[in-house]
Amino acid sequence: MMRIQEHPILGTFEKGKTVQFTFDGKAIEGFEGEPIAAALRANGVLIHRYTTRRNEPRGVFCAIGRCTDCIMVVDGVPNVRTCVEPLKEGMVVETQIGKGPQKSSE
Amino acid sequence: MAAAIEAARCGVQVVVYDENEKPGGQLFKQIHKFFGSREHYASRRGFKIGLGLLEEARELGVEVSLNSVVLGIYENRTMNVMVRDQVEQAKAEKLLVATGASENMVPFPGWTLPGVIGAGAAQTMANIHGIRPGKKLLMVGSGNVGVVVAYQMLQAGCEVAAIIDAAPRIGGYGVHAAKVARYGVPFFMSHTIKEAQGKEKVEGATIVQVDEKWKPVPGTERQFDVDTICIAVGLNPMTKLARMAGCKMVNVPKLGGLVPGHDANQETTVPGIYIAGDVSGIEEASTAIIEGRIAGLAIAHALGYLDEEIFLEKRKEQTDSMQSLRSGTHGEARRAAKEYLNAVMKG
Repeated sequence: MMRIQEHPILGTFEKGKTVQFTFDGKAIEGFEGEPIAAALRANGVLIHRYTTRRNEPRGVFCAIGRCTDCIMVVDGVPNVRTCVEPLKEGMVVETQIGKGPQKSSE
Repeated sequence: MAAAIEAARCGVQVVVYDENEKPGGQLFKQIHKFFGSREHYASRRGFKIGLGLLEEARELGVEVSLNSVVLGIYENRTMNVMVRDQVEQAKAEKLLVATGASENMVPFPGWTLPGVIGAGAAQTMANIHGIRPGKKLLMVGSGNVGVVVAYQMLQAGCEVAAIIDAAPRIGGYGVHAAKVARYGVPFFMSHTIKEAQGKEKVEGATIVQVDEKWKPVPGTERQFDVDTICIAVGLNPMTKLARMAGCKMVNVPKLGGLVPGHDANQETTVPGIYIAGDVSGIEEASTAIIEGRIAGLAIAHALGYLDEEIFLEKRKEQTDSMQSLRSGTHGEARRAAKEYLNAVMKG
């Protein structure tokens, strides 16, 4: 279990209500308002995307929205920084391949 | 926040733009007790100091605009600010840049694997979100960030396999290092990370000893079965906004590289633009707070909200307080560096 139940200094962590969301089609749980990345890590998910050219795995690196290594496709929108984007009920979170789904050029 | 409080107390109208969802910067991740005397918040934990500052700012009517990224600073202190999805324009009579610092990195084979994280990230996950970054980790870097975060990982219930540093001596304060050592965490000095193993995520790490010329010594490799590698090899000032505003930059290695020159009031070479905290040179939270207070007072004075006499008196209180923090072997070098920075400004 990656979640800290009782912290020696901080006690218990105040979290929002439990919400359901999907990761690559699989239904999992997290807490409302926590970063998507936190909920994913609690569920053992470390790989957030694969790079465009070399298809290498990437995950959370800075955790404060700066490095953009943790970007994923959220509700169909690519390049969402999951380490700062708050989790909501019913979110559809997907591993991003390269640049993710592109808008069709008309 | 400290600058906002000081200026607002004198009657200045203050707006704080913060790109984060919560204000207070990195203080809320710092769950260890601070040093110094009572005026430096000694023995108080970082996050409690943060809560106190937020409360004080609220009482003084400081407006805090969150999720607000300052995109650029232009002539006459005008700014473009992206508040959520909208870009707004703002103009201030006086402007303080307190953008902090970002983490340095050390590249090695496997450093892009999921499981290699900044020490700040480990701190954010464990102390803010209540998530262990991993089960067993290796800390690269024995400066204050390295030893403090290693201890915090132990508090979070992770196993710390070792702390390594290419330097021959521990960089952080003895008190912090001793705490980790008491837990039985080994220190490998004059060791660097050779590589991280794993295909999809970190499954292990190899370290190797380095000689006086920082070259790896073959045959001295050691293997750790860790799932997380934390990098704590220093910080560099986040000076983009200050640079964009035209502030003259000075290279001061002791302060983390290129920093905007500033005078005793924390004012840069661009009149009306002030800086405080790590952006003006890497130091500590307590010195950042004092720099903020000085800048806040100077701004209030420059805008006519504070008499010359009272201002000088209050500023002296702060500089005296700073002096005691910038003493000792660690502080002395920073004091000299800051004096150099101020001297460059004058001449």
